[in-house]
Amino acid sequence: MATLGELSARVPDWCPGCGNFAILNALKKSIVDLKIDPKDFVLTAGIGCSGKTPQWLNTYSIHTLHGRALPVATGVKLANGDLTVVVSGGDGDGYGIGIGHFIHAMRRNIDITYLVHDNQVYGLTTGQTSPTSEKGYVSKSTPAGVIEVPVNPIALAIESGATYVARAYAGDLMHLSGIITEAIKHKGFSLVDILQPCVTFNRRNTYDWFQKVVYKLPSEYDPKDKQAALLKAEEWGEKTGIPIGVLYRSERPTYSDEVPQLKTPIVKQSLDIDIDRLMAKLV
Amino acid sequence: MAGISTGKTDLSIIIGGPAGYGIAQAGALFSKACTRSGYFVFVNNEYPSLIRGGHNTVRMRVQDTPSLGISDSLDIVLALDKNGVLEHLEELSERAIIVYDSDEVKEEDANKAKGHLLVPLPLITLAREVGGEKIMKNTVGLGALCAITGLGLNELNRLIKESFGEKKAEISELNIRAALLGYETALGKFSGLDGKPKFSLGKIDLPEKRMLVSGNEAIALGAMRAGCRLLCAYPMTPASAIMHYYAANEKEAGVVMKHVEDEISGITMAIGGAYAGARTMVSTSGGGFSLQTEGLGLAAITETPLVVIEVQRPGPATGLPTRTGQADLHFVINAHQDEFPRVVLAPGDANEAFALAFDAFNWAERFQIPAIVLSDKYLAESQFTEAPFSHKHLKIDRGLIVDSEWIEKNKPFRRYLASTENGVSPRVLPGTPGGIHREPSDEKDEFGNIDESPHARKLQVEKRARKFEAIRREIPAPNVYGKSEGAEVSFVGWGSTKGALIEAIGRLREKGVEACAIHFTHVWPFPDKAEGMLRAQKKLVLVEANSTAQLGKLIMQETGIRIKDKILRYDGRPLSAGDVFEGFSKISSKGGKI
Repeated sequence: MATLGELSARVPDWCPGCGNFAILNALKKSIVDLKIDPKDFVLTAGIGCSGKTPQWLNTYSIHTLHGRALPVATGVKLANGDLTVVVSGGDGDGYGIGIGHFIHAMRRNIDITYLVHDNQVYGLTTGQTSPTSEKGYVSKSTPAGVIEVPVNPIALAIESGATYVARAYAGDLMHLSGIITEAIKHKGFSLVDILQPCVTFNRRNTYDWFQKVVYKLPSEYDPKDKQAALLKAEEWGEKTGIPIGVLYRSERPTYSDEVPQLKTPIVKQSLDIDIDRLMAKLV
Repeated sequence: MAGISTGKTDLSIIIGGPAGYGIAQAGALFSKACTRSGYFVFVNNEYPSLIRGGHNTVRMRVQDTPSLGISDSLDIVLALDKNGVLEHLEELSERAIIVYDSDEVKEEDANKAKGHLLVPLPLITLAREVGGEKIMKNTVGLGALCAITGLGLNELNRLIKESFGEKKAEISELNIRAALLGYETALGKFSGLDGKPKFSLGKIDLPEKRMLVSGNEAIALGAMRAGCRLLCAYPMTPASAIMHYYAANEKEAGVVMKHVEDEISGITMAIGGAYAGARTMVSTSGGGFSLQTEGLGLAAITETPLVVIEVQRPGPATGLPTRTGQADLHFVINAHQDEFPRVVLAPGDANEAFALAFDAFNWAERFQIPAIVLSDKYLAESQFTEAPFSHKHLKIDRGLIVDSEWIEKNKPFRRYLASTENGVSPRVLPGTPGGIHREPSDEKDEFGNIDESPHARKLQVEKRARKFEAIRREIPAPNVYGKSEGAEVSFVGWGSTKGALIEAIGRLREKGVEACAIHFTHVWPFPDKAEGMLRAQKKLVLVEANSTAQLGKLIMQETGIRIKDKILRYDGRPLSAGDVFEGFSKISSKGGKI
C-alpha cells in the first residue's frame, strides 16, 4: 500500500491557492486510508484545470477528452471490475459538454466515483461562464451577465439515479477526504460535487464567501429520505447557506452486478470465444 | 437484358410490397429453403426508412455456383401489392413470371407487365380459406414460389416448424396449410402455369452445410473470434445488426453489448475498455462516425488499440438511411485533426468481412492504433451463402503488452518509448505491478508526462510516423481477379463492388474481351505494391459507388497515376455486374465488339 509521498508524481502547475490542491490531497489521503494499491487504481479525467489531476497522482490514469471522462471510466470498469475507478472533472466538463454522459452514467449506477471540481467558471480557457455560474455572473463570455439559471447538479443526480450524492468544500480538506473515502467505498455511482474556489477568475464565489455560507449537514439528517434530499439540494446562497455532506444515499445493484458475463472481469477471461456453435445456428 | 449465368442455375426472385407485409420473413424462409436444398443464394433487401408502408423488397438470386451479387434482371416477381409489379417493370427478364395478389392488385395494373407470364392468385382469400389472417398471405405466396421454382414444400415446411417451435404449433400448422394452398393453387388449372413448375430447383446433395450469413453477422463473428467481449454501440442503420447479433448471443458467447447513450460514448467507452486491456469495438455508420472522430484522436494520442466498424450509407446528415454507397473513404482516412497512423480495411464479401474484422484487432493491438473496417449497406445487410468460416488457422496477436518482469528489467518504464524501430512502445495494463504511468491526451514525454517542448513533440510525431511506415510495409497488395497479363481492360475497385467486378470480367470474357479486376481490401496505408501493378495494365477503369472516384483520387495522391475512365454509381442502389458491363461498353473503344 502506498504512502502520501509515494502517491505524489510531479508538482502541480495550478495557480497558488487553487482549490484543486485540496482535492488532490484529499484524494491521496482517501487512497491511503482505504489501503488501495495504486496499481489497482485508475483515475480518468476530462479537460480543464481538473483534467490535469492525473498528472500529479502516482496511480494508473488516462486523461481523456472534454466531457468524455465518464464513458472512458465506464469502459475501464466494464473491462476490469477489480479496479477502483475514479473520475476527475470540472463543472464545464461534466455539467456542460458532458452532461449527457453524466445523466446516463448515473442511470446505470456503474460503480465509479465522480469528483467534480466545481468552481463555477471556465478556468483554463481564462474565465468564461460555466453551467453552474450564478444568474447574472459577469465573465469574458457574458459581459452583460449570464442569462441562464445554473444547473443544479445535486438535484439532477438524485433524480437521475445516482446512489451516492454528496457535496464537499475544498476549504475543508479533512471533511472532503472523508466524503471521497465514503464515495469510493460506496457500491454504485457516487457523485461528489466539490465547491472549489477559482482564485484567478471567480471573484464572486470566493473562499471568503464560501466560509460564510457553507454548513455541514447535521448528524440527524437522513440521506435516505429522497424528498428531504431534493429540498436540501435547493439550498444555495446567503439566505439558506450551502449544505455539505452526503445529501442522498440509496442501495441498488450496480450495472455490472446485473450482467452475468461480467462476473469474472473481461480482462481475466480468455480470448477464445466458440464461434462454431454460433455459425451452426446460421445453417 | 437477361442475366448471363456462369452455372446452369441462375434465378432471380423478388418479393415486393409495403413494410408490414412480412416481406423480410418471407424472404428469409424462401432463401433458407434454397440454401438447404443445396443452392447458393444471395439476398439483398431494399427498404425505405419507415416502419409501415413504402415499398420493400427482398431480392434473392439462386445459383448453383457461388453468388457474386445481385443480378440486373428478375425472373420471378411475387407482388404483394400494386407497386410490387409497377416498380420492377424495367428489370424483367424475357422469361419473367409475375405472381401477384389479385385481391389487392387490379388487373389493369398487372397488365402493365404484359408480354410476361402473369399469374394472378387471390392471396388474401386463400389465407382466409385456411382460417388465417390477411397477414398470412405472404406464406400463401411462398407456397406459390415453391411451386413455380420446382423447389417443393419439404424444406419450407421444416423451416416453418423450426421458426414457430412446438409452443406455437397451431400457428405453424396454419402456415403450413397456407403454403400448401398457395402451392396447389399455383399449379392448378387456371393459374396460367399449365400445372407445371417453370423452373427446376431440385435438391442438390451437399458435402457440407452452408450458412446464410449477412456482412454484419460476418463482422460480428470475426470480432468474436478475435476475442472481442465488449461492443459499445448506438443504433444506426445499416450497422445496427452488428449490435443485434452481439446482444442476441451475449450469454452463449459470453460477450457484453453495451447500448450506449450516444455515439461519442460508444467510442470513448470502447477506448476505456481497451485501455484496461479488453479487446473492444464500436460499430456505427458515417453519421455516427462523424461524432466519433474526436474519440479516434484520443485512441491515436494515447496509443490505445481500437476497432471501429463504419458501415457506409449515402448522403451527408441523414441522407439515405437504408441505402448503399462508398463515399466515406476519404472521410475515414482523414477523420480527426493532425496526423497519426490508422489502418482502413474494406472487405468485399462475407468471407472477407469475417477475416478482416478478425485482423483489425491484431492491427489495432500490434501497432496500438485505431483500425477501421469500412463496410457499406450492400455488404452489411446482404446475405451470402457460405460454408462456415474457416478459422482454425487464425492467430491472435496482442502486440507488446509487457508484464512486471519485463518492466523490472527495463527500468525506468517508458510507456511512450520513442526509440523503437517500428515506433511501437511497450504497453502495460492497469493492475500490473511496477507499470504505473500516465496517459495524457496532451502531447507528452516518453513517460507520459505532459510536455509541450519542441523536442518532445517532435519525438512523438516521428514515433507515430514510424508506426505508419511499419504498417505500410506489411499492407498486402490488392487482389487480382482474372488474368492481368494481356488484359485489355483492368477494373479497379474496393470493398463491396468485388462480386460485381468478378462477374463482369466473366461476362466480358464470354464476349471475347480479356479483362481483370484489381480489388483493394486494404485501402490505408495505401499498399506500396499497388503502383507497379497499376502501371503494368493496358487500360485502367475505376469502378466505385461514389460520385468523385475517391479511390481514384487516392491512387493519384499516392502514385501519381491518373485514371481517366470511371464507372460510378451514386444513386444509393448497389453497383452490379451489369453496371460494370454496360459502363465499359460505353467507354470502350471496342464498344462495337461487346
